[in-house]
Amino acid sequence: MERSLTLIALFAALIAALGLIPKFTLGFGVPITAQTLGVMLCGTVLGARRGGLAVLLFIALVALGLPLLAGGRGGLGVFATPSTGFLIGWPVGAFVCGLIMERSRRLPVAWAAGIASVLGGIVVIYVFGVAGLMRALDKSALESLGLVTAFIPGDLIKAVLAGLITAGLARARPASLLSRG
Amino acid sequence: MISLTSPVETRAHGWPAGAKLAALCAATVVLFATNALLWHGVFLALTLGLYALPGALFLRTGIVRLRPLWIFAAVILLWHLVTADLRAGLVIVMRMMTAVALANLVTMTTRLSDMMGVVRWLLTPFRAFGLRTDLVELAMALVIRFTPVLADKGRMLALAWRARAVRRLGWRIITPFAVLAIDDAEHVADALRARGGL
Repeated sequence: MERSLTLIALFAALIAALGLIPKFTLGFGVPITAQTLGVMLCGTVLGARRGGLAVLLFIALVALGLPLLAGGRGGLGVFATPSTGFLIGWPVGAFVCGLIMERSRRLPVAWAAGIASVLGGIVVIYVFGVAGLMRALDKSALESLGLVTAFIPGDLIKAVLAGLITAGLARARPASLLSRG
Repeated sequence: MISLTSPVETRAHGWPAGAKLAALCAATVVLFATNALLWHGVFLALTLGLYALPGALFLRTGIVRLRPLWIFAAVILLWHLVTADLRAGLVIVMRMMTAVALANLVTMTTRLSDMMGVVRWLLTPFRAFGLRTDLVELAMALVIRFTPVLADKGRMLALAWRARAVRRLGWRIITPFAVLAIDDAEHVADALRARGGL
């Protein structure tokens, strides 16, 4: 009980902290914000329920007015912007990530986490995000998807990294990998 | 932890947070109910007028917080310029700006503690289904306390990386960073248990 609660809270804090540390760059110089990577890790490390709750907790604190999103953004206004669908999709994405992780125990951790991150951390989140864009901008699904295709390669890289990082955590702190516990 | 509440004290700071949130919901419904360009111009002007009431500093802060929207505005206007339907584009952009500005206004005039009060009130019915709302509040407090702590540890990791490596900060820093978060979580869990548990 205590462990579940503190892990949920600390992973929510981890997502926030990932938005605060200096941006890091990938091999070919593309700067990425690590917050969605944090969302994927919530699912792959904590599992479906706890991972989803951790991201939900983070989103709730953003809504309450804490500047926890990358670039110091936050508050209710964030939920009125056209890209808010992505944010709403985060907890569901983490939940699906964790669900896939829990159901694929036969696969090696890195592969399972990578696949879970692609399906939960990209597909699910983009479904929500594109739906939000359609509603806010009055555009069709394909047009809305067109606006965000530029971000898909970066997100695919993040999914691969989420797989590698989860495997690293499984070696470093095997007892804390609740998604496989 | 810094919050987005405005340091400029306004009269709205004293209003009940629940009422402000309900008003925001109503205003957003109205915004989406009409497509008339004229009305959206009026709504946007009224909203900016609200920002101007507490003074220039408040207005300037509010406008700075709308800045992330310019990219959406540019894409939409360009799009509608191409499809020769600029009027519809203007409506979408103005509706978006008014909606975000009004929501920001609630955030800027409501203290974190008042917002927490609304959350507590909203969660109360779920107690009947076994939700422990005290745990939700404890978790929120833990996140607020540990975000700066973790961010500091992340900065130390980044400094250590720079001291040792020639290359720029890479993704490999995330694994030790997450390990630090996990270790902190285990320690806090032990501390909670040692104090009688939850």
